[in-house]
Amino acid sequence: MTFDDVLPYLVALGRCVFAVVFVMQILPLLIWAERKGAAYIQDRPGPNRAHVMGIRAAGLVHTLNDVVKLIMKEDIVPGHVEKRYWAAAPVIAMSVALCTFIVVPFGDNFMGYQLKVSDIDGGLLFVLAATGMGVYGVMLAGWASNNKFSLLGGLRASAQMVSYELSMGLSAVVVFLIAGSVSLSAIAEMQAGAIWNWTVFTPMGFIAFVLFWTAAFAETNRTPFDLPEGEAELVGGYHTEYSSLRFALFFMAEYANMIVASSVTATLFFGGYNLPFVTPAQLREHADWVLMAAALAAPTFVYFAYEANKRKQRPFYQALPAGDARLKEPMVFVGLWLGAAVAHVGIGIAGALGLASKLSLNFISFGYLESTAVFGPDLVTAIVGITVLAAKILFGCWFFIWVRWTVPRFRYDQLMDLGWKRMLPLALGNVMFAAIWVAFFPTGLISTLFGSK
Amino acid sequence: MALPAARKMSSGMSAGESIYLVEMLKGLALTMTHIIKNIFDQDRFRTVEYPDVRKSMTERYRGAHRLLLRPDGKVKCVACMCCPTICPAKCITIIAGEDPNDAAEKFPVEFDIDMLRCIFCGFCVEACPKDAIRMDTRIYEINAYTRQAMVHNKTYMVNLMDGLKPPAEEFYRANPDNAPAGFAGDEPAVPVGQPFVNLAAGAEASGAGRAR
Repeated sequence: MTFDDVLPYLVALGRCVFAVVFVMQILPLLIWAERKGAAYIQDRPGPNRAHVMGIRAAGLVHTLNDVVKLIMKEDIVPGHVEKRYWAAAPVIAMSVALCTFIVVPFGDNFMGYQLKVSDIDGGLLFVLAATGMGVYGVMLAGWASNNKFSLLGGLRASAQMVSYELSMGLSAVVVFLIAGSVSLSAIAEMQAGAIWNWTVFTPMGFIAFVLFWTAAFAETNRTPFDLPEGEAELVGGYHTEYSSLRFALFFMAEYANMIVASSVTATLFFGGYNLPFVTPAQLREHADWVLMAAALAAPTFVYFAYEANKRKQRPFYQALPAGDARLKEPMVFVGLWLGAAVAHVGIGIAGALGLASKLSLNFISFGYLESTAVFGPDLVTAIVGITVLAAKILFGCWFFIWVRWTVPRFRYDQLMDLGWKRMLPLALGNVMFAAIWVAFFPTGLISTLFGSK
Repeated sequence: MALPAARKMSSGMSAGESIYLVEMLKGLALTMTHIIKNIFDQDRFRTVEYPDVRKSMTERYRGAHRLLLRPDGKVKCVACMCCPTICPAKCITIIAGEDPNDAAEKFPVEFDIDMLRCIFCGFCVEACPKDAIRMDTRIYEINAYTRQAMVHNKTYMVNLMDGLKPPAEEFYRANPDNAPAGFAGDEPAVPVGQPFVNLAAGAEASGAGRAR
């Protein structure tokens, strides 16, 4: 067995690990953002007590504490549950949430390998099918808990899912019509280049985006559509009977669903991994310029360092007794931000020296390794693609959090009214409108009128 | 017979409001202004970061009781029993004694306040004819691991303002001679971190509660 035989399996494994790690890395950040965002909206400081050697990292350490807490907690199995289904429910919820991520492209091809886990032709159809599976976790949890409140929660989840899946699917149809494909890679490629190539900047694309995004809130069971949890009337909804890591799985599944919904929305409507006005081909061609552009971020980090330094004057730090571990915290942050600034300047210098266009295994090993294939430009393109997609995903997730702490929960009849009487007709009409539009302007309004692509 | 008109579920929203979107955006703008303001000015928060930053109480705040001294160093209290009489929680125990060498003749041999029973009404301060007891210490952290240590005795209350602000338990442990009867010696009665149930049991076993 040679290396070339093993390579495809290694690549497949690497992709899977990357996709899971990608989601799992953003997860704790989101939990932190949820708490801190909620606090700042409500004019409180939020989590800020837990610290490691005096470094509180604006409350990020609380997420670590959460993990320890959830692992150490007693895993209570109530006597009245249907044990097997009850145990399977959180696993289904979490694994389905992670599965959905496999068709999302992270970037343009890297040395001929696609930067996504699996190249399923179904593409978005797989996403819709998998999110549909996600409700089984919630339904099973509600039913197997053998408790009327949990059952009501599961029931609500399924009804809600059925109602909003329709509008979601029909909104996606609009994107299919524009792109002429259901593959998320093809949809992302179509949106490369000018910003008006993004689906959201077409009339029907915009309506589809609003509908899709609203339906995503219902699919992920987030406020204002978090009726399955409905702690005011249903105790805790479907996860009332869960504790310890089983509860953590549900908790993580909700956030993983947010990440997936954001990534799908970013890919469908906001150009996916594409920067506006820059195609991946241009990124490859000017990889050195991209590195030099990274240096432009340095002043921002210097500003952060300046702000971190100012924090020393806060009454809180003034009140701390001498020798308190937290006193050194501002200076650590100043160091970190300045380090980031220096690193970015370094990347810029590397770009100015033309390293990106020279990078190959031969170059790194000073001629020791034979391989002379230049992977620098592809690497830069891949990193830019992943970063851009991550930024779009994070903004989407932030939007979920932002909405949660802004609006109250819908009443159940209002939810159904919105789903069936307003969003569904609008989505149907929008598909009709999109079909006509695409027939008249097959390559988009601006491109058709001005003849540029 | 006329049928009742069908109830409309719409709750008086205007057409614009019933689309939700505009109202949503208004709400989002409002919350975002709060976030941005709070990020750039962390001192907007009213939250007191408690153990590190402490709120200063007003002068009228009724904190832990202290006993005042006369210029000659003896307690002002003449054991007139006004405060135990008026105390609605019946938390003050005074054992009076006689001192023929003193002009006041009567003095408290023991003066205990059970802080677990005290409701901080301040009646004892009002009732005192000698201005012997005050609640102006502004100490609000009155805590201990045992019920026994929650009883503040004469020595503790006299010394409360002399830079001595530890919980009574620590004070009693540092001054075992002045600790109330039955206070469990130099070791904590129950080690830190044990469940509360055991705490209570331990306190009961050591004869706490001062049956009255």
